[in-house]
Amino acid sequence: VSHNGPNRTRRNVLKAGGAVLAATAFPRISMAADQPPIGTWPAGSSGSTVNIAAAVPRTGTYAVQGEDELKGWQLAVEHINSGHELIKKISPKTKQGVLGKKVNLLVADSAAKPNEAVQAQQRFISNDKVVLMTGSTSSAVAVALNKLAQREHVLYTSGISGSNDTTGKDCVRYGFRQNFYGETAANALGPVLLKTFGKNKKCAFMTPDYTYGHTVTKSMSDFLIKNGGWTMVTNQVSPLGAPDYSQYLTNIANSGAEVLLNVNWGHDAVLSTQQAKQFGIIPKMKLVIPYQIPFIAKEVGPELTAGVYSATDFWWTLEDKFPLAKMFVDTFNKKFGYRPEWGAENSYMSFAIWARMVEEAGTFYPPAVIKTYEKGETFPSFVGDVHFRPQDHQLVRPVIIVRGKDPKAMKNKEDFWEVTDIVPGDKVMQKPDAFGCKLGGYT
Amino acid sequence: LAHPEGRGSSVINWVNLVSQMFNGLVLGVLLALISSGLTIIYGTLGVLNLAHGAMFMLGGYAGFVAYQFTGSYIAAVAAGTLFVALVGVVLELAVIRHFYSRPSEDQLLVTFGIGIVFVEAARLAFGSLSKQVPPPAIHLGDFTVPPIVSLGFMFYPTYRLEVVGIVAVALLILFIVLYRTRIGMIVRAGIEDSGMVGALGINVYRVFMLVFGIGAMAAGFAGIVNAPVVSLTPDMGEAILVQTFVVVVIGGVGSFPGAVLGGLIAGEIISITAMVDPAYSYVMLFAAMTIVLLVRPHGLLGTATRE
Repeated sequence: VSHNGPNRTRRNVLKAGGAVLAATAFPRISMAADQPPIGTWPAGSSGSTVNIAAAVPRTGTYAVQGEDELKGWQLAVEHINSGHELIKKISPKTKQGVLGKKVNLLVADSAAKPNEAVQAQQRFISNDKVVLMTGSTSSAVAVALNKLAQREHVLYTSGISGSNDTTGKDCVRYGFRQNFYGETAANALGPVLLKTFGKNKKCAFMTPDYTYGHTVTKSMSDFLIKNGGWTMVTNQVSPLGAPDYSQYLTNIANSGAEVLLNVNWGHDAVLSTQQAKQFGIIPKMKLVIPYQIPFIAKEVGPELTAGVYSATDFWWTLEDKFPLAKMFVDTFNKKFGYRPEWGAENSYMSFAIWARMVEEAGTFYPPAVIKTYEKGETFPSFVGDVHFRPQDHQLVRPVIIVRGKDPKAMKNKEDFWEVTDIVPGDKVMQKPDAFGCKLGGYT
Repeated sequence: LAHPEGRGSSVINWVNLVSQMFNGLVLGVLLALISSGLTIIYGTLGVLNLAHGAMFMLGGYAGFVAYQFTGSYIAAVAAGTLFVALVGVVLELAVIRHFYSRPSEDQLLVTFGIGIVFVEAARLAFGSLSKQVPPPAIHLGDFTVPPIVSLGFMFYPTYRLEVVGIVAVALLILFIVLYRTRIGMIVRAGIEDSGMVGALGINVYRVFMLVFGIGAMAAGFAGIVNAPVVSLTPDMGEAILVQTFVVVVIGGVGSFPGAVLGGLIAGEIISITAMVDPAYSYVMLFAAMTIVLLVRPHGLLGTATRE
């Protein structure tokens, strides 16, 4: 090819030069400033403060867990605004605030009800121009807020949400999840259960009647049936917030099961576990908690959780292994007077990750922030290095397996669980499209 | 109600049927007691007390506090019962009394609001972490009754059987007060025609105060007796209130025997349906209520004059 070919005119050189200049010299302007407004951008980030909003259950079945989550968000916001050392480990470009703007956390009680959560967030979007939404503690809420986020073009990072659907069939471009979920819990915990209890066991499930319960029970039972030849002799499906589990437990007591997998959550898990003891099902059957419930050991007493296996996102004794976990547990304990549960950990990490992504993107412009998440860069967390999967916006992170400690073995009053395994995330995740995730558009 | 992975929840055999009938009896007597409190208040005062579920909850918490101090189940039951009776009397004097001549919407709103205040006050005082009152240990000489008893073909929690006995005694006492005492006669007369009772020179307001206190007390007593079966949370009264309304409608508004019959029917419907599929328990309960309303619009044991 000749350098002096017929097409190499002065005009073409100028054109090409202009294009190169436009592409290299002003990349951010071309990505953001020239864009038409979208969602709450740029109105929500034009002042010196940005609002972010949490719809979290402070009443009802999941209230206890909601309060713990809320404290995680509060600590994260405090650390972001003060430029705390811990935030800088996760988001190195953070100085104070996000892109120099102070973060203001707004809170509404969702009572774990999708309608209330959506209404609250809709208000925060219209009145307060929030740049980020969070909160769930019920996957039904997470799925509803996912849809709101996509419709309103406002970022959403879920609170506790264990359903496969949140980053599966109900995934959205504007939604992100930090924590573990049904499928990863099952694939991490399943081998432990087969090793502990053996093959060909008869098991009973207790399942709350919504997306979280159904997907966790499906993932868990599929694993045990396929890999261990277990049979599910009964699956007792109950509504969220059932006042009494006697009827369900009586069915289980008369079902001939050897292992009871209790997928109920929040106060439902507490009550059903206590009543299982009243009916003598525990200790006659072995109890398993496939998806860990913050504070359950404290509420039902460590006698009932001794020897019980559970999959979780975080447990505070990980501080012995991970320096960031230690910093988190220490600062949290100092501020709130107890060691954080995994709800608080998920909250803190979700905000820290968001702060990192906005700083890396250099703008609040949502599509640019989303694309930064989707780069899938590795960054540190309380459980080692993690990264997002661009195809379904799920964080690839380890699942922690814990076993309930005998009361006599507890070293302090919060020493309920011991970590037995840390299972790498990429080993337990399904293929990104296996649960029908279609993310949808950026604009 | 379609579940792709299949519910597989039915456990149909004779042992399970009998077990579920026991569950139905326990739930039934509790609903009977709570509902009789609601129904005599509504029958006498004409006020539908939406704070009744909160009374149930308060009984549990008051008993819990007494248990923390004394370690005694009996003290807990006494404290829970008396505290809620007192709350009922004070509430009648301070608030409810001023709403007798107001429209029923106002009465609903004020009792609904009072319920919220009690629930949030309990949350403020005790937090959302659930509280437990253990069942009493019963000693017969050297023998301690085990927490689970064998009935030959099945095992059942001992305390639930005790609940049936305790509540049956409470219902009997309530029956004697309502049907064998002068005050009970006045209350029953008030249910039929409170205007006439007033015209006969009886201080209707004092009777109203007493009825409200007794009605609340029934819920409070049920709350603390039920506490060892469940664990206490501030929201616990919500679900029971709905069931209580259904019981009152089935039994007949204002009818004490109706509340007892309705409670037992509701308890058994919920429990026996659960053997086949718990998801249909409430469907069947509301279906039963609909049938009763169609066949006997005033409830099984209600009469037209009480509406």
